[in-house]
Amino acid sequence: MSNADLIVFKPENHLAVLAKVEAQMGERILGREEKSHYHQFKVTGKDAKDLVRFLRDDPALRFTNFIDLTAVDYLRYPVAQPERYAVITTLLSPLLGVRVQVKAFVNEGDPRLPTLSDLFEGANWTEREVWDLYGIEFQGHPDLKRILMPDDYEGHPLRKDYPLKGRGERGNFPVYHATTRKPEGGA
Amino acid sequence: MYSYEQEIVERDENTVHMNVGPSHPAMHGTLRVKMEVKGERIIRIQQEIGFLHTGFEKLGEHRSYNQFITLTDRLNYFSPLSNNIGFALACEELIGITVPRRCQVIRTILAEMSRLADHSLCVGAMTMDLGAFTSILWTFVEREKLYDVFEAVTGTRLTTSYTRVGGLAFDLPADFEKRVLQILDSMEKTLDNLRNSFYQNRIFLDRTEGIGCISKEMAQSYGITGPMGRASGVPYDIRKYRPYLIYGELDFNVPMYTTGDTLARYKVRIDEMEESIKLVRQAMKLLEPGPINYEDQKRTLPDKTSTYRDMESLIHHFKLVMPGEDHGIHPPVIDQYSSTEAPNGELGWHLVSDGTSNPYRVRIRPPSFINYPVLSKLLEGAMLADLVAILGSFNIIAGELDR
Repeated sequence: MSNADLIVFKPENHLAVLAKVEAQMGERILGREEKSHYHQFKVTGKDAKDLVRFLRDDPALRFTNFIDLTAVDYLRYPVAQPERYAVITTLLSPLLGVRVQVKAFVNEGDPRLPTLSDLFEGANWTEREVWDLYGIEFQGHPDLKRILMPDDYEGHPLRKDYPLKGRGERGNFPVYHATTRKPEGGA
Repeated sequence: MYSYEQEIVERDENTVHMNVGPSHPAMHGTLRVKMEVKGERIIRIQQEIGFLHTGFEKLGEHRSYNQFITLTDRLNYFSPLSNNIGFALACEELIGITVPRRCQVIRTILAEMSRLADHSLCVGAMTMDLGAFTSILWTFVEREKLYDVFEAVTGTRLTTSYTRVGGLAFDLPADFEKRVLQILDSMEKTLDNLRNSFYQNRIFLDRTEGIGCISKEMAQSYGITGPMGRASGVPYDIRKYRPYLIYGELDFNVPMYTTGDTLARYKVRIDEMEESIKLVRQAMKLLEPGPINYEDQKRTLPDKTSTYRDMESLIHHFKLVMPGEDHGIHPPVIDQYSSTEAPNGELGWHLVSDGTSNPYRVRIRPPSFINYPVLSKLLEGAMLADLVAILGSFNIIAGELDR
């Protein structure tokens, strides 16, 4: 393969993406932000999957390259946000040479949204990570269990109301005696 | 919840359960793979990670931007400099500043040198896993020389912490250019040795050719980037996609293969090292005297010698490092994704700023975490011995995988 095929950033294609997305989603786009080299669309959690599927499957857009999926907890953010959590998906279009971000806002009381793991394989582990660290549930995920923290861990450590030093999990580990292999009294 | 007893009960009589890792010489870092094996064929495979989870993203919310640089060393600990540079660039993009020319050239040289160090370890370790022990000694010698230069430049071999937001910790040592050019010459010889030893080697080709093929569509769906993606024909390299530092001015090729097998991943790394050598040579010619830090001292830490000698720099230093509302770098209240081409692929930083001295959220998009899940797909139905060959070509770094 030659270097002529390399994906190159083409800022002029942003306008085409904006027009297409706005024509398709219309009122369901809550907002749009222009960043240094990509655009960010804000939607509700319910609409995120429709938008991502449209971005991936539309023959003129073809955002087929998964880049990243993560979440942010806006509990203590100085600027008011529509909901507490936001799940942010980043995609790249090899055809147009632009990236796009979909920011899906998720309710605090009922943090759940449809999974993207059937659209992108890369979303499988990243969604598990978001579930593990933020407690946001992805409906329809094939294997939604903890990935970084231990299976029996309680709580979701990246939430803003989770203290940095934990909730005493570390101090409560049972201590075993080196030779008798019996638990010592109290930790 | 996990229980060992249950895992034993669930056994099928005709298959053997095998556990590799988390502490196993063939697993690069603390990776665990649970397999169901029938004869030598893998029927089912399950990956388990998280043994090295350190909570960098949580810690990042409680540290200032400059303090977080020490944590980036511990991400991909084979090429700490390229993590330092990636994070500094992400912060600079968030604040909206550009570092001086000399700083950009130095960062480019060091990023490429850390790519050399990372790839040389990967290609050496991969062939060692396949039984060729000499090659890792060759590459370790080269890596050792590179680390000596890193030590001369940054003061430490592994946890370099060389960059600062808006500049560098200090300037290069006097004999930097001469030492680096010497290393490049011997590195080229080692690359020739590796090519001569393996490209025609029947044993190596049998173990790698057509093994663990990742198709282009699969790579894009998984989000695989870097050498692994380019071995599968994904024509994506951030140095070309959106050139940062001085990559736009340099002349280099991006090696690509379409087969996507283990051999292609090996060859891409060897070819990339060749290109990195070219890049360092070119960038070295552009190295001219000049300032290394961004001029506005309200954004970047002043030079250490002037901190000790004049009052104004000391004030600026305190204004940046003291804890509290009024101190530190105050970026605008925005969120921003930016990325650089780390040796393993796209190293992305999603920084959310609330306008204070600490980031509100630091999301690290580590290439290893995104590249690793494809392993279980490749190994289903494969031979047991392919595990080490395929995993060696992935170059998964546990520090970056688990963060």
